[in-house]
Amino acid sequence: MSVAVTIESVEKRFQNFPALRGVSLDIQPGELVALLGPSGSGKTTLLRVIAGLEQAERGRVLFGDIDTRDLSLRDRRIGFVFQHYALFKTMTVGENVAFGLKSRPRGERPEPVEIRRRVAELLELIQLPGLEKRYPSQLSGGQRQRVALARALAIEPRVLLLDEPFGALDAKVRKELRAWLRQLHQRTGHTTVFVTHDQEEALELADRVAILSDGRLEQVGSPDDVYDHPATPFVCEFLGDANHLPVKVVGSQAFFLDRPVLGGLTQNQGGPASLYVRPQHLRIVDDAPLALPGVVEHLRRNGPLRRAEVAVEGLPKRLDVDLASQVAPAIGERVRLRITHGSLFAAA
Amino acid sequence: MSDASLPLQAEDLEPARAARHVSGESRLVQWSLVAISLAFLCLFLFLPLITVFVEASARGWQAYREAILEPDALAAIRLTLLVAAIAVPINIVIGIAAAWAIAKFEFRGKSLLTSFIDLPFSVSPVISGLVFVLLFGAQGYFGLWLKAHDIQIVFALPGIVLATIFVTFPFVARELIPHMQSLGSAEEETALTLGASPWRTFLTVTLPNVKWSLFYGVLLCNARAMGEFGAVAVVSGKIRGLTNTMPLHVEILYNEYMGAAAFAVASLLAGLALVTLALKTLLEWHFADAIAASRRH
Repeated sequence: MSVAVTIESVEKRFQNFPALRGVSLDIQPGELVALLGPSGSGKTTLLRVIAGLEQAERGRVLFGDIDTRDLSLRDRRIGFVFQHYALFKTMTVGENVAFGLKSRPRGERPEPVEIRRRVAELLELIQLPGLEKRYPSQLSGGQRQRVALARALAIEPRVLLLDEPFGALDAKVRKELRAWLRQLHQRTGHTTVFVTHDQEEALELADRVAILSDGRLEQVGSPDDVYDHPATPFVCEFLGDANHLPVKVVGSQAFFLDRPVLGGLTQNQGGPASLYVRPQHLRIVDDAPLALPGVVEHLRRNGPLRRAEVAVEGLPKRLDVDLASQVAPAIGERVRLRITHGSLFAAA
Repeated sequence: MSDASLPLQAEDLEPARAARHVSGESRLVQWSLVAISLAFLCLFLFLPLITVFVEASARGWQAYREAILEPDALAAIRLTLLVAAIAVPINIVIGIAAAWAIAKFEFRGKSLLTSFIDLPFSVSPVISGLVFVLLFGAQGYFGLWLKAHDIQIVFALPGIVLATIFVTFPFVARELIPHMQSLGSAEEETALTLGASPWRTFLTVTLPNVKWSLFYGVLLCNARAMGEFGAVAVVSGKIRGLTNTMPLHVEILYNEYMGAAAFAVASLLAGLALVTLALKTLLEWHFADAIAASRRH
């Protein structure tokens, strides 16, 4: 069994709205895959199709080489964690975690002692030992999230499916849980697919990121891959800030208003194109060929970095430029910008 | 961080000013609203209720006992309890099924079903009763067939039960639908993915989540089932000792100028209403936390 989950040209529509239009994706055993996209892109629908909570109209999902259409929800053995955890409110933490084991058919059901041992073990794993008797309403958001995860892990799932696992948590808890989930994944090695709209989360956590837009898969690849070599303008803009310049490609150079701004191009055909440049790939230089003149109009802080907004003649939007050095230009100063890296897409 | 305290202080003043503005001006309005509500309650609820008990006890304890232990009265009480004992469980099952269908599934005609559930509330009870006479009466659509098979529905227990079910159907469903809708299906879906059968999911996840709403619905349904007059009056035929329920018996007694006896039986019905109210309040006090928890997100 070389592939854990195979998704083959899956299509799904709700009434007249096409949620998935032919998505194919292979997930390797033990892999941590992020389904990333804006709301309405179909990422949650895809997750629910893998889980069997939605039925695909066309295409199929395979676990190993078993067609999941032949499997009942129970036999699929997936661990699904909902965005708002969906803990059973009327049960204690212990009963929540034990639910999957207690629901097995009589012959396969472990002894009560064994179930208790498993629950204690799982609570240990999620670092909430001894909370068996608590009710979900007595837990914090982060604790609930971890209990939901333990409950899903209890059935030893083939695949762990997480829908916006950190969506309902505040920023600090989210960061802690992210690191914790990464560790947990390394320790337990479950094949895991999680849905997120937060590109930072996807890039930091996942082995591979699958980016969806309008029910289509835009690109699949490692975080470095998709970030540095976006396959489409959508991926480029969705994964982080990017400045957009309409350019014309002639030979190995890209021209903005007859001024060469980027050279050394190889596989591009000539003609009009869109050049996307991230703020950290624009550098203020003293003088250089292929530089873009502009005026600093605004300075602001963007997390650890400072960012300048530079107006360039002929561009309606100011360019965002990350300032690497401590010395910031003054507002109103004329600067020259050099593009160190950019993504070029032939104009549609 | 240090310079953040300045704008914060300025903002602190805002809510205080706003709060004074909201609560400060309307003393008079507050008092008049409270007074109007209390006056209304006294005039339309407490006064009639007290009248029932005062009139019931007007001729003393002995007369009260006799009025209630009289054979026709006892038969009416028995019939009322029997009808409720049949109609309420049936409505629980159908109410849960309807609420489940509406809250958890998407299907064609769902909004139609939702509005039709309220129909018994908007139709005059007399018409609800007449419908069953038209269907099952001697001259009704199924009249001949029923007669041929010697089945009596109208002017007998089955007719009374049918009319009661019809009139009280919305109570359980209406309590459950909004609650189930607000709960969504995530917990049920989780249970299914964890390998629970649909039946186990219903018993261990859905039912415990909605048990308080269900209980309210059952209480109200029961109160109405015992108190229903109009629909039952049409289908029962008012045969004393046979098809008379308590409300019908009260009316008959009253029409025969037996005021004290009428009020004595009526006081039982009023007592039932008070018990229902007390139970509901007690549960709300006792299980406020559990109810709040089961309604929360």
